[in-house]
Amino acid sequence: MIYHKHDAVIVGAGGAGLMAALYASKEVNVGVISKLYPTRSHTGTAQGGIGAALGNLEEDHWEWHAFDTIKGGDYLVDQDAAEIMCRDAVGIVLELEHMGLPFDRTPDGKISQRPFGGHTNNVTKQPVRRACHAADRTGHMILQTLYQQCIKNNVQFYDEFQFMDLLVNEGRVVGCVAYEIKTGELHVFHAKAVFFATGGWGRLWNVTSNAHSLTGDAPAVMLRKGYPLEDMEFFQFHPTGIYKMGILITEGVRGEGGVLINGLGERFMARYAPTLKDLASRDVISRAIYLEIAAGRGINGQDYVYLDVRPETVNRYFDEDGKKNPDGTPRRITAADIEKKLPDIADFCRTYLGVDPVKQPMPIQPTAHYAMGGIPTDVDGRVIVDVDNSVLPGAYAAGEVACVSVHGANRLGTNSLVDLVVFGKRGGIAMAQYCKQVDYGPLPPNPEAETRRQLDALLSRTSGTSAAAIRRSMQDVMMRNVGVFRTEKLLTEALEKIRDLKHQYQNVYVADKGKRFNTDLLEAWELGCMLDLAEVTALCALNRTESRGGHARDDYPKRDDVNWLKHTMIFKQGDNYRIGYKPVVITKYQPMERVY
Amino acid sequence: MRVTLRIKRFNPEKDEKPWWGEYEVDVEPNDQLLDALHKVKWYQDGTLTLRRSCAHGICGSDAMVVNGRNRLACKVLMKDLGKKVTVEPIRGLPVIKDLVVDMEPFFAKYRAIKPYLINNDPPPEGRERLQSPADRERFDDTTKCILCACCTTSCPSFWANGDYVGPAAIVQAHRFIFDSRDQATAERLDIMNDMMGVWRCRTVFNCVECCPREINITKAIGDVKKAILEGGVR
Ligand SMILES: Cc1cc2nc3c(=O)[nH]c(=O)nc-3n(C[C@H](O)[C@H](O)[C@H](O)COP(=O)(O)OP(=O)(O)OC[C@H]3O[C@@H](n4cnc5c(N)ncnc54)[C@H](O)[C@@H]3O)c2cc1C
Ligand code: SF4
Ligand code: SF4
Ligand code: FES
Repeated sequence: MIYHKHDAVIVGAGGAGLMAALYASKEVNVGVISKLYPTRSHTGTAQGGIGAALGNLEEDHWEWHAFDTIKGGDYLVDQDAAEIMCRDAVGIVLELEHMGLPFDRTPDGKISQRPFGGHTNNVTKQPVRRACHAADRTGHMILQTLYQQCIKNNVQFYDEFQFMDLLVNEGRVVGCVAYEIKTGELHVFHAKAVFFATGGWGRLWNVTSNAHSLTGDAPAVMLRKGYPLEDMEFFQFHPTGIYKMGILITEGVRGEGGVLINGLGERFMARYAPTLKDLASRDVISRAIYLEIAAGRGINGQDYVYLDVRPETVNRYFDEDGKKNPDGTPRRITAADIEKKLPDIADFCRTYLGVDPVKQPMPIQPTAHYAMGGIPTDVDGRVIVDVDNSVLPGAYAAGEVACVSVHGANRLGTNSLVDLVVFGKRGGIAMAQYCKQVDYGPLPPNPEAETRRQLDALLSRTSGTSAAAIRRSMQDVMMRNVGVFRTEKLLTEALEKIRDLKHQYQNVYVADKGKRFNTDLLEAWELGCMLDLAEVTALCALNRTESRGGHARDDYPKRDDVNWLKHTMIFKQGDNYRIGYKPVVITKYQPMERVY
Repeated sequence: MRVTLRIKRFNPEKDEKPWWGEYEVDVEPNDQLLDALHKVKWYQDGTLTLRRSCAHGICGSDAMVVNGRNRLACKVLMKDLGKKVTVEPIRGLPVIKDLVVDMEPFFAKYRAIKPYLINNDPPPEGRERLQSPADRERFDDTTKCILCACCTTSCPSFWANGDYVGPAAIVQAHRFIFDSRDQATAERLDIMNDMMGVWRCRTVFNCVECCPREINITKAIGDVKKAILEGGVR
């Protein structure tokens, strides 16, 4: 066992972790541990943009952004948090520019902005240009810029270290345990505070936009230690994943004018969302695609539809919708514009589909994308441990792993990147303040014992079930039964299946017994985390007998504000789970029916 | 279709020297090489070790030598590789295990070029620094780099001398040198003008042929050489 001491340890080096590291390291001694090299983090894949009401191209207000966020989240959003996020977003995007982020520019040299799903002018109800972008690699630029700033500021990184346990003693955080991938050594980090920024867990599903590394390790560890997870039933399916592969095609494609087309050649979104059409929010569109497919209107009757961004199609619909440029001329797009504004998307289509998006439509289907739920926090990143908002001293979280909750039941596009930087910064600052006020707590005896026990158990078996087979079965059942549409029957079946898989997991076999870069062992350990999260996702989904945002129940098709305008908090108790509830914070936006 | 993967294996914990493992796998023509490697790891030999994350060519984890050429395993499809595929770790960096190499020397070069915007003027209050679309365009290509190391580890000059900063670091330097907001041009050109800087490049074009982000690396290197000779960016 190797011992380290830092005021604060940040787990995860994506957008949220790096932002927290930048701010916290100005005040206290910080170590950042990440199972990937920081620049490999999934933030780098974010494509379309980061939302902020800069108003560079047309009138916009952060209050409009807040309303869109709350409505987009189907009123499960904590409104105080959404207001903070949308207000802070403006200054923070400018700050990113000052750090060097190469945003695309308007003709007069300002940050360029594009329309995105669910973002509107609150007066005219029409799409507004709010997504600040750097081509279709905005996340890559954010990740690079923040990492560059961390290098400039000498932030200390522990690259390819995997977090495995949180150390809590006498009611507060005293550090964590991590596994050094290169050597197989366990490291104990003695710290006053630990900050979780580990991202999402899309790998629970078979078709996903998420990296192989997104396995929900930190929330699973928190759950096992008896801390709650919030709103786990809300997981977003992004409408446009490449058919079968799940690779994301950004909403920016529709922001630039792309439309969804069914097997009959119809622009079907006009029926489901007459005003915003293809720019309605994601849950609405994913369900529409599913319904079209279920009605036999997929392409050639199969389970996909087309996303069409060919200039002739886009321009035809621009005319039909009367779309204008700011100067009043009709809006137009050319093949060259598409190559320029969406180069990576064009590249993905050519590489993986052999389809040239300026000449052919792209086959797409909904893909598991984003965790709205996660580790509950307040607006300063402090981890909450009960329904009364009590905090666990020294525990912080931000980014996709956290649930503030600014996304409620459905996240709007561009709002995750906002969430990362706004709450990464706020959490980083709050954590530094805390570290300055307290001393190190004593480590418990044998701090690494629990982690060692888990790893030894995995390594000791000489035969058993393969992790890959269990993982595949879990991903299949989650896709089939805990996907875009859910019913009591599907969810009950899923729960039984997952419990059976958990049982099989007791006997999982790891072939690699070595210490050096043992990814066989790590994949098996991660599968344990995913199975726990799959179980609570199915349980919370079964429990919530209404449809709201990303959680659509065929057997309870309506939103039910009387009984369900509340957050789910699930706790592990022994071998069972207990579900509690937390009220939604409402400031000035009263829940209304959601139409687009 | 059925293909044979010949994979260069080496685990210093137990192997005295590298050896070739041969694996037969059934794949779809549109499968990525990464899928095929996963089939080996998940269903045949769990000890096969590689890095990967995003699975669509953006995170830069899985650079390897595929049929003699540097590629990202997730960005090459089986139908383009033939029935027998050889896979080796990228060259010029110490092997940790199988296809995993020690990336630290590569990142050290990256850090050496001061990879961050240097601008000592206080930023404008309440708004962005302005930059024209034309100025932004000048360094667009080099902002795409994902630090995968395909280029540097395919470069004969780097193989010959591991101290050469290599194409990836030059690409990163270019990204700042040609950014109109950056004020450290002279300092950066100095670093590039070093003995181990741009002049080690003999323009062999290996790098540009294997960049998975299709960055015109040799043009970037040429731009930097020109700026050094002209004493600044014009
Ligand atoms: C394809 C795609 C496109 C997207 N486009 C957009 C967009 O245009 N706009 C937008 O707002 N959002 C977008 N999103 C969503 C957004 O990118 C993510 O939600 C966000 O980047 C998550 O950032 P994060 O910092 O929370 O985590 P990540 O960037 O995922 O980073 C997680 C970090 O945690 C580390 N980690 C995880 N587990 C461990 C462990 N056990 N031990 C140590 N380290 C660990 C990883 O190494 C990594 O550094 C997109 C998402 C995808 C998948
Ligand atoms: S062009 Fe220069 S940097 Fe690129 S491979 Fe050749 S010598 Fe190396
Ligand atoms: S320049 Fe291209 S090949 Fe080289 S590290 Fe960057 S992305 Fe990889
Ligand atoms: S796995 Fe990310 S680039 Fe290949």
